[in-house]
Amino acid sequence: MTHYVPHTDEDFSRMLGDLGLSRADDLFACVPAALRLAGGLDLPAGMPEPDVAAEMARLAGANRTGSDLVCFAGGGAYDHDVPAVTRALAGRSEFVTSYTPYQPEVAQGILQALFEYQTLVSRLAGLPVANASVYDGATATVEAVNLALTATGRNTVWVSGGLNPRWRAALATLTAGRGTDIVDVPLVDGVADWEATAARLDVNGPSRVATPGALVGASPNYLGCIDPLRRARAVVQRTGALLVGVFDPVAAGLLRTPGEEGADVAVAEGQPMGAPMAFGGPYLGMLAVSAEHVRRLPGRLVGQTVDGDGRTAYVTTLRAREQDIRREKASSNICTNQTLVAVAAMVQMAWLGTPGLRELALRCARGTRYLRQALLDVPGVEPLVGAPVLREFALRLPAPADVVVERMADEGFLAGIAVEVGGREGLLVAVTEKRTRAEMDAYVAAMEKVVA
Amino acid sequence: MTGAAPGGRARSAPLLGHDAEPTIFDFSVPGRRAASFRTTGVPEWTAEQLVPAEELRAEPPPLAEVSERDLVAHVTRLSHRQYSVDLGAYPLGSCTMKYNPKVCDEAAALAGLTGAHPATPAAYAQGWLALLWGLSDALCRITGMHAATLQPPAGAAGELTGLLLMRAWHQGQGRSPGKVLIPDSAHGTNPASVSLAGYRTVSLPSDSRGLVSPATLRQHLDDDVAGIMLTNPNTLGLFEEDIAQLAGAVHDAGGLVYYDGANLNAILGVTRPGDMGFDIVHLNLHKTFAVPHGGGGPGAGPVAVTKALSALLPGPVPKRLDDGSFGWEQPARSIGRVHGWHGNALALARAWAYILANGSDGLQRVSEAAVLNANWLLSRLRGVYGVPFDRPAMHEVVVSTKGAPGLQPGVRALDVGKRLLEKGFHAPTVYFPLVVPEALMIEPTETESPETVAALASALVEIAAESPESLALAPRTTPIGRADEARAARVLVPTWDARLEAG
Repeated sequence: MTHYVPHTDEDFSRMLGDLGLSRADDLFACVPAALRLAGGLDLPAGMPEPDVAAEMARLAGANRTGSDLVCFAGGGAYDHDVPAVTRALAGRSEFVTSYTPYQPEVAQGILQALFEYQTLVSRLAGLPVANASVYDGATATVEAVNLALTATGRNTVWVSGGLNPRWRAALATLTAGRGTDIVDVPLVDGVADWEATAARLDVNGPSRVATPGALVGASPNYLGCIDPLRRARAVVQRTGALLVGVFDPVAAGLLRTPGEEGADVAVAEGQPMGAPMAFGGPYLGMLAVSAEHVRRLPGRLVGQTVDGDGRTAYVTTLRAREQDIRREKASSNICTNQTLVAVAAMVQMAWLGTPGLRELALRCARGTRYLRQALLDVPGVEPLVGAPVLREFALRLPAPADVVVERMADEGFLAGIAVEVGGREGLLVAVTEKRTRAEMDAYVAAMEKVVA
Repeated sequence: MTGAAPGGRARSAPLLGHDAEPTIFDFSVPGRRAASFRTTGVPEWTAEQLVPAEELRAEPPPLAEVSERDLVAHVTRLSHRQYSVDLGAYPLGSCTMKYNPKVCDEAAALAGLTGAHPATPAAYAQGWLALLWGLSDALCRITGMHAATLQPPAGAAGELTGLLLMRAWHQGQGRSPGKVLIPDSAHGTNPASVSLAGYRTVSLPSDSRGLVSPATLRQHLDDDVAGIMLTNPNTLGLFEEDIAQLAGAVHDAGGLVYYDGANLNAILGVTRPGDMGFDIVHLNLHKTFAVPHGGGGPGAGPVAVTKALSALLPGPVPKRLDDGSFGWEQPARSIGRVHGWHGNALALARAWAYILANGSDGLQRVSEAAVLNANWLLSRLRGVYGVPFDRPAMHEVVVSTKGAPGLQPGVRALDVGKRLLEKGFHAPTVYFPLVVPEALMIEPTETESPETVAALASALVEIAAESPESLALAPRTTPIGRADEARAARVLVPTWDARLEAG
């Protein structure tokens, strides 16, 4: 029996009596008899809480994590330290158990935290406005493309071959209804060759491409390569497309911002800012835009104002963009978002602080340099692409990458993620600030053994 | 009632202190820091040695420079300016703000769950796969469906996924109908999702019962109908009694029937969408299955479908193998991914813990108590507030201040909600559904005790005795009074930096 319904049997009887009913079943008289489920749900009976806790612990124990499988995988999910302060503050039940702030008088906590989050994301992106979150990096990319195509009135998006392939897949699925035409821009040695695709604007025949409403570039891209967005600027100028820049909030500690590089819209997977890897979610879609597109922003936006006594107050604003008011004409269908993960990111970014973010990025880059150099000394191991990398890199191995991942797991490492680029297979390896020299030396020794 | 104090009334809470809380940026002092990094022994190359000069930013992004102590104090004070379920009753209709069991919080914090990289090969993530498979299976049993995807990270994402499945199914039949029928009482996400799926919305008027009538539906059925989206019970809190006929008529016209699971909390163990004739079901795990709402998210919006549609589901989906272990499987004609990984996994873990704890008996008790509380509340409000569709309610009730027998003319739903904040309760949903003028949509949920429901009813009845002028002054005891929302939209200040520019 449930543990969370407070009613005693006497409560039930009395309340039913007040309604002129005798049995709980009478409450459902409006459900036609033919539709009633005889015999209840086909599920086991409820478990006592300690048994639930034990079962959940058993499931958790059946995953290899932490020192049992030292993580060198990235690909959009990174093994960063989440400090106690982030867990403690984002775990406060006032944030955890509140709803969307529709009553600002009793929701200033969430609203102000989101206002501060928006400010921090705006600064990372180098663009003036950020929304209060979308689901993850993949759906942030989809929202950015929808925004850009609505703004330009076009139907074609050019996507860098360096975009995360799972995000590329989600883009294809989620824009199928709009009939969005996706053109893949190939990578040449790890960076997008925008000009080669632009040359296809002028040809006749099947290789001809349509004028894009959006260009989606990524730096660092899926292979870890720095692929500056400004390399797409000439094509942007020529076509009038909007530039969508995928950035990484950790790399932002060292790299030029998407805004500086000319992006109209910037998106990121916010997981590295305070969310655990957690088998893929909940993560955080960061999304920032230039001032001109603020009225096309999807989802919630918090703005500052005052109350009747002139006190600073925060509210959700420009609400007329949203689905509950604009319905079929809304800029997006998003309602529930990732607020709590955004609150955690706010805390994490404030905890890191200005010098801390730079140091975090630097530590990731140092570990990446150290491991990459050591692995390239292993016989048969080569770079998959040549462009400069920051905190993740792709290698060509003398054995199939999925086999290497399996054998490396026997040695205690999640070695990375198998990737394919231009028909060539490789292993994508990520290094965060958590990885020690000793772990990396052991990884290299294991790799020598595995590929020998 | 018992005479015991109502556990869900939060009037003693010190949600007070009328000074504004400074922002984190106001606390910033150059050189102050909180961050701390582990000792790694990695060589300390400089940024210039690691990154090409032309890619380096001149200055690090300005975040904030604060001590950990000040950060903790600031965010803790923010939390004290925030109402929550843990504080008191939160009777927001259509949102199902029930109590979120702490055991689920602890489960979702287990290192063996939080520490798993989503690309971990299945062989080393058997716990996660078993959990996802178990949840998927249970959701199918609860809804009467055949297979499910857990990828959609929210209800609206589930809607779009479901509509894309509808689209793919029609394409598989060589058809491309263009419109989807939605009752006028539906959530705004429904028509927004329909547009994103490339369909046109056709709105169906509710009849005098507050329901969709088969006759009205038939007038709208033709070859161009891809399907219908229904919430049952609907957003008026009423069960669509003709659902079997409605579903049959849509099927006969070649369409599919979509179930918006926003209100599943009313029917657990009582009836199943599959038995009503639905083909596609999305669930809001953050409503029915007690995943906390987190100030607006994250949630989870799994989609379950009939056997005929299961080959189209987004993949990969968890699968139990013959040897009892678990793996991934790609549905044969999958529409593709709808999430970067496997969905909001920790939200899924919370829902699984909740389902284990409740079981078949507990889940049925959930719906019984939710419906009991709502009807009992309605019985106390009848005669005071207007009841536009006075039928047996399910888990929520919709009343109105317009034409209300016990209210002075001119009382607005908004003002009643604001005054309720001063009475120690969160406000109900106001001005929704759109078909009811001055609507107050109230969902007590099953986790509020009879004493709390009685106190909530009394508070609403007390408010009814007040003048519109006095109600318009509320709330005065909250951290801020009514905010100037028009100014917020007119002079947009979306960041601290923008405020500086605005002077």
